Parts: sequence; structure tokens; C-alpha cells
Amino acid sequence: MKRERLETAAPWIVAIVLLLVWQAICTAFRVSDFIFPSPYTITVSLIEYAGPIAGHAWQTFWTTMIGFAIGVAVGLSLGIAVGTSRFVYKGLYPLLVAFNAIPKVAFVPILVVWFGIGTIPAVLTAFLISFFPIVVNVATGLATLEPELEDVLRSLGATKADILWKVGLPRSLPYFFASLKVSITLAFIGTVVSETVASNQGIGYLMMSAGSSMRMPLVFAGLAVIGVMAMAMYELFAVLERRMTRWAHRGDIS
Amino acid sequence: MGYVPISFVDFRDVALAYDGQAGFAVEDISLSIAPGEFVSIVGPSGCGKSTFMKLATGLKAPTRGSVTVEGAPVTGPLKIVGMAFQAPTLLPWRTTLRNVVLPLEIVEPYRSTFKRDRAMFEDRARALLRTVGLDGYAEKYPWELSGGMQQRASICRALVHQPKMLLLDEPFGALDAFTREELWCLLRDLWTEQQFTVILVTHDLREAVFLADTVYVMSARPGRIVGRRSVDLARPRELDVIYTDAFTDIVHDLRERIGRVRQ
Repeated sequence: MKRERLETAAPWIVAIVLLLVWQAICTAFRVSDFIFPSPYTITVSLIEYAGPIAGHAWQTFWTTMIGFAIGVAVGLSLGIAVGTSRFVYKGLYPLLVAFNAIPKVAFVPILVVWFGIGTIPAVLTAFLISFFPIVVNVATGLATLEPELEDVLRSLGATKADILWKVGLPRSLPYFFASLKVSITLAFIGTVVSETVASNQGIGYLMMSAGSSMRMPLVFAGLAVIGVMAMAMYELFAVLERRMTRWAHRGDIS
Repeated sequence: MGYVPISFVDFRDVALAYDGQAGFAVEDISLSIAPGEFVSIVGPSGCGKSTFMKLATGLKAPTRGSVTVEGAPVTGPLKIVGMAFQAPTLLPWRTTLRNVVLPLEIVEPYRSTFKRDRAMFEDRARALLRTVGLDGYAEKYPWELSGGMQQRASICRALVHQPKMLLLDEPFGALDAFTREELWCLLRDLWTEQQFTVILVTHDLREAVFLADTVYVMSARPGRIVGRRSVDLARPRELDVIYTDAFTDIVHDLRERIGRVRQ
């Protein structure tokens, strides 16, 4: 029981200790706020600029969610195609891997030429960076189906669609949810990268403009807000994962 | 061609080669199985026993020769068969009961009336679970069951659509000796009661002899039928029969034949 409580508290303890050490170093060595602001000054600027920060955070949040939603839809469809068809796997997979290796920030200038500065490049960057893990995981879940089980169903006259529906998809659910956790954090990266380069809204833009006017505490406040949003979404999907695929985590509940 | 009306499954000079592999996995397979017969196939590892199963269910078409079931050539999945393997292959997100009814969601004529007759089908599955001693485990998940219980559930799944033929690929291979003997008797009772045709692939000679009417011996790759032995022990057989001389003689005879094909 005691151990369990300690485990729940562990992330908070680590975070608080880290902040205290950080604050101590900044105070002890009189580090300039323009170089490396202390947690205290960051908090002060978070409160001071709460209104604008909230506005920009909201912009970043829904931009990320739209990009992520497209990423889920595309990732799921591609994952099913790659996982069920050998032909698609052979043909498409190497291309996907190559595409995934390209830094997505390199796409932003192209997207700006096509769609102009603003929300659309950010949505698309979030999408481009987040769909790949979903493809890989869904495809893996489908491809690792036991051949015996497939034989049982096929000998009963099951179609490919039957097998996908009754066995393949439920079986890939844990893989799918695991990839959502990774993808949502990647989607935030995509949005912020794009906002930093080409936008006049969002946390990325806020940090960029605060940085150019040397307001370092505000830049760090922006970082903190992104971190908190990504962490909250990660946790949301982790809870969803445990709810939806309890059978795959049977070790934890017994 | 000499058509034998009493045979249920008929293999004639069957050979099968897999794509991209040199030589045949099985060849010169000719045998006929009567309706309701219990057949065991024994042989060394890699002798193509599983290939034989795929041919008998229509999952694979023979490269040469012909496979006939119920007088008609096999051209695709048969739908009148049930299968069980060494691994129970139950779906962990379904309860035991819902695992057992799975074939009824797929195979006709049950499939089209599944939504309407669901309660009736579930009652049938429950009755089947009761006969294999899984009373009260219907709502449990497979991972809450022991290996032996999972295998019982897997056999229920193979039988729920009342197949005419049951194909078993080393179904008791992963179980401990006591559980295995228990399940031998279970299978014997189910077969006696429902009179389906059984093809049991196994490494265990005692299992083959205890259960079967006829035992076929297969050779190593390419797999061929190299021996056929009728088991004329009286039925119903109790486990004690294993310790009789008649039983040991048959096992010895088979053992010797397998020893020969392994060299």
C-alpha cells in the first residue's frame, strides 16, 4: 500500500525537487533572467501574461487536435492496408519509411507557399509528423495474427473482411492505443514547429516573438505550457487505452 | 474409377508442393475415411501432418491427385469441419462463451440468423461447456482459465456448429499427463455421443491408439502414408486399456514402423 502511494507521488516529487534545484542554482549564482530564467520569474510571467498565453495555447491545442485527428484517420487506413495486403506492404512501406525520415520542419516552407502563413500549415505539419507511428503499430497488430486462428476461421468460410473485423482489428487495438500516446505528443511538436516558422498565432509564435524581444521568462512559460498540454493528452490516451484494452493489460489488474 | 460409396473423406494420389519450395510437402497420399470413423495420424516432426489437415479442410488445393469429401471434390473451405490446435487460440477480449459462439457468427446457416437466435445459440454453447466441465466459466475470460480449461473451450468452439468432421492438430501436446488423459476421455465421450468423423494428428502413440479406429503412419518429408493399422480394441475403452498387452502390442508395432521411417 505504502509503496503504491509512493509510486503515485513519484512524478510530483521529482518535478518539485527539480524546480527547487533549478531555483537554487539561479538564485545562488545570480543567473540573469535573460540567459536562464528561474522557475519563480517564469511563474510570474505566466501569471502576468495569463490572458494572451491562454489564447495562444488554445490556438495551438485545437490546431494540434485537427492535425492529430487527420493523422489518426490516415494512419489507421494506411495501417489496415499495409497490415492486410502483402502487395501494399511491399509497395508502400519503403516509401513510408523514407518519408518518415525527412524532418517535417523542411515541409513547412513548402506548405507556406501552398497555403500561406497561418493555421493550415500547422495542422498539416501536425498531421504529417503524427500518422507514421499509427501506421506501423496497426500494421504490426494485424500482421502478427496467429496462422492457426486464421485457419480455423477460413475453414468456416470466413471472408477477409470477417477476419479483419472479428479478429484483426480487436487484436490491434492495444497497438493502436499505444501509438496514439506517441502520436499526440508528436503532433504538438509539429504544430509548434510550424507556428514558430510561419504563423502569427499559437504558442510557437508567442515564443518566437517573446524571444526576439528578449523576454526569456515568457519563452520558458511557453515551453511549460506545451509540456503540460502534451502530458495531459498523453495521460488521457493512456487512461483510454487501459479502459478499452483491459484484456491486454491483465497483469496490472489482477 | 472405383467409387467407394461408404467413404466420407477420400484422398487419391494426393501431392502438394508449396509455392517457392522444392519438392512436395506430401505425396502419394491415398486413403479413405468412413463416416464417423476416428482416424489418427502419427509420424516424426515435419512429416507434413499439418499439410494433410489443410488438404482435408480445403484450405489448400492439392497440386496433384484429388480430395473428395461426401462424394464431392473439395474446391474450397468446407464449412462442415471444426478445428483445434495445440495452442487454444482463444480471443482474449471475448469471454469463454463468446469465444465458443464465434463460429456461429461466421458459418452459414447460423450466420444469417445470429442476431435473432443469439440467445438460443448461447444456450447451446453453455450446454456444450457444461459437457466439458466448464460450468460457471462461461463469463470468464480465457486468460483466467488454466491451459487444460482453455483447450476444453477450444474443443467446444470446434464443435459448436455441429460439424461432420473434427480436425485436431496435436490438441493435447502442451498439457500435463493427467490433464491429457482426462481430455482423451472427454473427446472419446463427445465422439461416442455425436458420431462425427475425427482426424487426430499427434506425436503420442498411446493417444493415437487409445482414441482411434485406424492409425496411419506418415514418413518424414516428403510425407507419405507408410502404414495403416486398425485398432480392434473393444469399445467403450476405459483408460485401463492402456495397460493391457493387446494395447502395448499395437503401440510397439507402430513405434517400430516410425523407427524405420526415421532412419
